[in-house]
Amino acid sequence: MNFQEILEKVEKYRIQYNNTLKDKIIEGMHQQIDEILQDTIEYKQSNDILTKIENYIDYFITSRIGGIFVLISLLSLILWITITGANYISEFLSNIFASIEVFLRNSSNLLRIPPTISSFLIDGIYKSLSMVVSVMLPPMAIFFPLFTFLEDLGLLPRIALNMDKLFKMVGAHGNQALTMMVGFGCNAAGVISTRIIKSPKERLIAIITNNFMPCNGRWPLLIMISTLFLAPLISESLNPLLGSLIAALALVASVIIGLFFTLIVSLGISKSLKSIPSFYILEIPPYRKPNLLRIIYTSIIDRTVFVLMRAVYMAIPAGAFVWFLNYFNLSTPIINFLTPFGKMFGLDGVIILSYIIALPANELVIPSLLMLYTNAKNFIDIEEFKSIYQILSTYGNWDWKIALSVMLFSILHNPCTTTILTIYKETKSIKWTAIATLLPLSIAFTVLFILNNLILKHL
Amino acid sequence: MDCQNCQIIKNIKNFTKIDYTIALVGNPNVGKSTLFNFLTGMNVKVGNWPGKTVTKIEGFFEFKVNQEKFVFKIIDLPGVYSIFSFTPEEEITRNFLFLGSYDIAIIILDATNLEKSLVLAFQVFEVTNKVILALNLVDEAKRKGIIIDVEKLQEKLKVPIIPIIAQTGYNVDNLIYKALSIIKGEIKVNPNKYTPPPELEKIIQDIQKEITEYYPEIKNHPFLRWIILRILEGDKIIIEMIKNKNLKTVEEKIKNKPILPIL
Repeated sequence: MNFQEILEKVEKYRIQYNNTLKDKIIEGMHQQIDEILQDTIEYKQSNDILTKIENYIDYFITSRIGGIFVLISLLSLILWITITGANYISEFLSNIFASIEVFLRNSSNLLRIPPTISSFLIDGIYKSLSMVVSVMLPPMAIFFPLFTFLEDLGLLPRIALNMDKLFKMVGAHGNQALTMMVGFGCNAAGVISTRIIKSPKERLIAIITNNFMPCNGRWPLLIMISTLFLAPLISESLNPLLGSLIAALALVASVIIGLFFTLIVSLGISKSLKSIPSFYILEIPPYRKPNLLRIIYTSIIDRTVFVLMRAVYMAIPAGAFVWFLNYFNLSTPIINFLTPFGKMFGLDGVIILSYIIALPANELVIPSLLMLYTNAKNFIDIEEFKSIYQILSTYGNWDWKIALSVMLFSILHNPCTTTILTIYKETKSIKWTAIATLLPLSIAFTVLFILNNLILKHL
Repeated sequence: MDCQNCQIIKNIKNFTKIDYTIALVGNPNVGKSTLFNFLTGMNVKVGNWPGKTVTKIEGFFEFKVNQEKFVFKIIDLPGVYSIFSFTPEEEITRNFLFLGSYDIAIIILDATNLEKSLVLAFQVFEVTNKVILALNLVDEAKRKGIIIDVEKLQEKLKVPIIPIIAQTGYNVDNLIYKALSIIKGEIKVNPNKYTPPPELEKIIQDIQKEITEYYPEIKNHPFLRWIILRILEGDKIIIEMIKNKNLKTVEEKIKNKPILPIL
């Protein structure tokens, strides 16, 4: 019998057992181990109070309803604290930046610096820099430490365990929940973190869908829009704490929308790829006392400063670019050209252009939006605008419908170029990189088209 | 038979030859790296995420017993749950245990989760007889009310089991002492092998007959049954090896395999 015939024979046996030959082998092994353990191991009721408490907490968290309840309420709580706290720090920072701006303008007048150059430096570079810092730093400085705290506590792996059933249903890996949470910080980091998923198919799914989790470059925009436009929708003159609670819930809803699309896309990919066997065990680490110093270090130094510096580096060329567009009156024709396209999806030309400028980093959307809106109307005296809300509502004609569309676009659109490059590095495949880029973008446009033309139009 | 005059000397630098090689095997997070650090004194970060020790980590230590001295090399294999070679880590571990050169494999068991540990141990038993079991986290298990009859378990598995606490180094000297006795052949180990259900057994016999006809040299291979089981499971690497009638040929190919084989 030659080798091919032997393999055919094996195949015949496999078919005879409905392809469960492998399961049979593993099953037999487990049975043998169970028999051995039956009379060598004994489980006594532990009198250790800590163990009891751990068991109760685990029982609750890893139960389906309890787990989802804990997950949603924890996320809401963290976001609520973030929004409420960030408001104060943001205001404080913008006041400081505003007075520095006055100082800069006065000194450039005194030094007789030509207005073109001082405008380039102040309106172009300084403005975008200060906007990036004052809008982004506060939420990050609060959100990251809180998130790292939960991570350190050992809660997140339990949530992943809980999510396992949900992810299994769509052919993905339970650990994907963890990589998605890393994606909250940065999608590029989230893509790298998919290395904890060892089975190739599930890993690919996690890489492609990571983008549906809003990264920290998008959080500030989402927080800003939900605070400015969605919270007042329900409570015009309620107290600020309740307002930020509503904003937090809007954010949780947007995460759930992201999760929804993650699951759908996961299902699609897993169905379209040939099945590759996968086998894994999720395990729960012991609860640990969080190390406060390490939390502060990893969240402030590793994440906040790192991400902020990246944003600052990106903001300088982008600010300069927008300033040039405005200065040479190029922005208006580009915006006019893009407007009909944007309108189809409930957006406008400025939003589309901002997202094009923000391709390298999502952080740039806010400064680009504000600079393009103010200058597109040929309005030089920026002093008069007391708030971002006024800029967006007066010059962008933003209402809650546009705000909602921008939020959805922010969650669903393509990953930034850093993430795209990371995806290429991890998959080494142009095909999958292209899919990971274009699939979310087309989903974003499709969802917005349907939403605006079928639903929002009639409201 | 506790070792009275045993001593582990870590951080050794000047040694001329390596006497024996130990392979550390275990699930992720059972204290493999902790034991490794205790023995070698080398600064290896102990992580909590599965798959932290993806690269092969080696260290050295000296073991003094009475007047004799032995230099050990110790290899920290990646933490795995099985050696079915689904993942790069499993492949590394399996290929090393099956084809690599070492004098003994220390399998670390988690006393708080014995079943999961034994699933791996049983698979290791199938590819090598050079094994000893280290039952780690016995203190944690006691706290949780888990009582293990070590003597009885030892009898059933037919492999020596040494309870240890890797964190504090408790009983680790006895573990190495026992491992040394096995290496020297003073204690014979013949682990309790996996016995498949009867219906499977018939299939195994049939395929085994065909394979030994195709590749007669494999007839006396000590782990022929394991090879047959892998062929039945459709293990591509083993099938390739048998097809080429060479158990080592695929090794190089495995090393250069991309992370995402489907792409």
